[in-house]
Amino acid sequence: MPGISRKAALALAASASLALLATACTGQSSSGADDDASKDTTINFWHAWSAPNEVKAVNSLISGFEKAHPNIHVNVVANMTDDKINQSLRTGGDKAPDVISSFTTNNVGKFCSSGALVDLNPFFKKAGIDPETTFPKAMNEYTQFDGNRCTAPLLGDAYGLYYNKTAFAKAGIKNPPKTWSEFAADAKKLTIAQGDSYKQLGFMPDYHGWETTTEHYFGQFSPTYFDKAGKSQLATDPAFEAGFKLQKKLVDELGGFRKLETYRSKLGDEWGVKHPFHTGQVAMQLDGEWRLGMAVEAKPKFDIGVAPLPVPDDRADQYGKGYITGTITGVSAASHKQNAAWELVKYMTTDTDAVVNFSNAIHNVPSTLAALKSPKLKYDPRFKTFLDIAANPNSTTSPASINGGVYLATIQNFGYDYESGKVSDLKAGLKKTAAQIDTDIAQAK
Amino acid sequence: MSTVTLASKRRKQALRTAAFMSPWLIGFAVFFAYPLISTVYFSFMHYDGFKPPTWSGTKNWTYVFEHYPFFWPALRNTLWLVLVMVTLRVLFGLGVGLLITKIKTGTGVFRTLFYLPYLAPPVAATMAFAFLLNPGTGPVNSILEKVGIPAPGWFNDPTWSKPALTLLALWGIGDLMVIFMAALLDVPQEQYEAAELDGASAWQRFRYVTLPNISPIVMFAVVTGVIQTMQYYTQPLIAGKVASGVIQGAGTQFEPGYPEKSTLTLPQLVYNLGFQRFDYGSACVVALVLFALSMVFTAFLMRRRGGLNLAGD
Repeated sequence: MPGISRKAALALAASASLALLATACTGQSSSGADDDASKDTTINFWHAWSAPNEVKAVNSLISGFEKAHPNIHVNVVANMTDDKINQSLRTGGDKAPDVISSFTTNNVGKFCSSGALVDLNPFFKKAGIDPETTFPKAMNEYTQFDGNRCTAPLLGDAYGLYYNKTAFAKAGIKNPPKTWSEFAADAKKLTIAQGDSYKQLGFMPDYHGWETTTEHYFGQFSPTYFDKAGKSQLATDPAFEAGFKLQKKLVDELGGFRKLETYRSKLGDEWGVKHPFHTGQVAMQLDGEWRLGMAVEAKPKFDIGVAPLPVPDDRADQYGKGYITGTITGVSAASHKQNAAWELVKYMTTDTDAVVNFSNAIHNVPSTLAALKSPKLKYDPRFKTFLDIAANPNSTTSPASINGGVYLATIQNFGYDYESGKVSDLKAGLKKTAAQIDTDIAQAK
Repeated sequence: MSTVTLASKRRKQALRTAAFMSPWLIGFAVFFAYPLISTVYFSFMHYDGFKPPTWSGTKNWTYVFEHYPFFWPALRNTLWLVLVMVTLRVLFGLGVGLLITKIKTGTGVFRTLFYLPYLAPPVAATMAFAFLLNPGTGPVNSILEKVGIPAPGWFNDPTWSKPALTLLALWGIGDLMVIFMAALLDVPQEQYEAAELDGASAWQRFRYVTLPNISPIVMFAVVTGVIQTMQYYTQPLIAGKVASGVIQGAGTQFEPGYPEKSTLTLPQLVYNLGFQRFDYGSACVVALVLFALSMVFTAFLMRRRGGLNLAGD
């Protein structure tokens, strides 16, 4: 190829590459909340619920909103995971969501720090709503990061203890355990061996036992995850060591990791009717409030008891607290209809009747203080335990972090190594894991 | 002919050549050169998909190689799978192909039986295998226990999880079987006849007639197998999730590589870093490692192919 053509080709290739790189670097589009929410408009709402009764409940919630706001139409998309939501928030476009909801509070830090969702503080202020007096303490905390309230709570989850009352009576246990010592003793009493396995296991303590995650255990120890400078407190706050030791003690005393894992592999899945608590294969279950409805529907051959999770022996006075999390909702930063989107968020999260009706429909904990006290709230008397846990000021949550739930996954991964015996030096392991958390956070900044 | 006319003719010829090559050039630029250049570019940037990328030097590289706890286990697993799974797939595919070409009756039935599993979608196939190999309730372990063989933990045991994935890969051998069958049926019959006349045994006929004839196909199977295995994502992810019990729940924490990082592969890290942590820079580093490994393997195999052709000649 002659010299001129080669130069031209190089220039063309270089400019094409630059143009392509430039388009790749554009990121989010900036969009102010300058739309007119009183004009006829359609917004997209993506949520994660998928069960038919849940989808029906969401649709009913949206119908209520559309009745109250006849000019705003909502296009609802169900069964969305955080991965899909995150992608769509980045790509934008007409079909991208204006309002999203997510099942996990773990990603709040990432949603807020990245600017994926708009800060709702100005919207709350404009509407004259004070989030601190509207939402329970823990829910108010987990919906913001570094003063940026990019989400609002859309119903909550409270974790407690489900127990098989019939098995308790057979084992001569009168009341649900209030401290972890009592719990460990009861779990042993409730365990019935069968060959080299179990006929009934008192409790499945493994971190793969679905809701028996590190953060759910640790919630009862009121840990401080980060100091003021944002450094991990995993190795310095004794709550973590106590939490890990308790779980390991349960694993060892109930048969050891391998035996428990083999038993776990034989059990039905978390969301099916053959969940081991429903079938009587485990007598106690750490779980969220939704389990009650699922367990009742499964028609088990025993009486279901519900209680708060036990607390450490030296915190016996705090019995009644629990770990709190929940669904969150927010407005896309790329949305050009943010005022209309805010109207939907405001309705779903602060309209007492809407919150109560939605809670009644899907058996989640209401996420406003007014709804928690509403006489319209219909529930099984046992459900009251979760309402009390949600309202308990000692109840805890895990804080938002710039890299989302990475620190929780890191702690959980360490938990797998510790419970299986792969790591035996707990203190050294905690130090190493804390350093890993700090490195991951530095990488995300 | 004057110099100007000659230059003009050459320019026209060059333009014509470029026009004919343009479909490939555009495809190369858009689907290879641009992604590669931008991957290198972003591997030195801090970028989360929202805020504009900022220069971070070698921070992402240091993070991946020194601080990201999943990288080395994933690399080891990927190399294990490339060496063991690819070797066994090629051997098994060739073995099945040979067997079916030798069968006199019911060839169609056997071909169908071996090819059908290949058509199963990877997610469904993996879930079926997770069910079959469930250490507690799976029929495979029930049978093994009945005949007195110690039952492995399969996808729940870090020692057995990769062999379990290999079994799954061997089950879906249909694609290789078809390719090998076509190659085996293409071997000139007269060469076998000549070898027989020379008194060659079955092994000698395979070694000195079959193998040299099908060596390009063997090499094709190895190279494509290596590339496929480098991109191995769906099966280990699904197997890990199903075995760990985390199969549903939109808010469930992602737990790569269950059990004990044994099913972790490099493509899973690209997804985890890029589309879950939104650390595009580090994801690009892992993608480049994958690219470099693929190039090294391919270059090595291509050199070996030269040797094989020589041996064939």
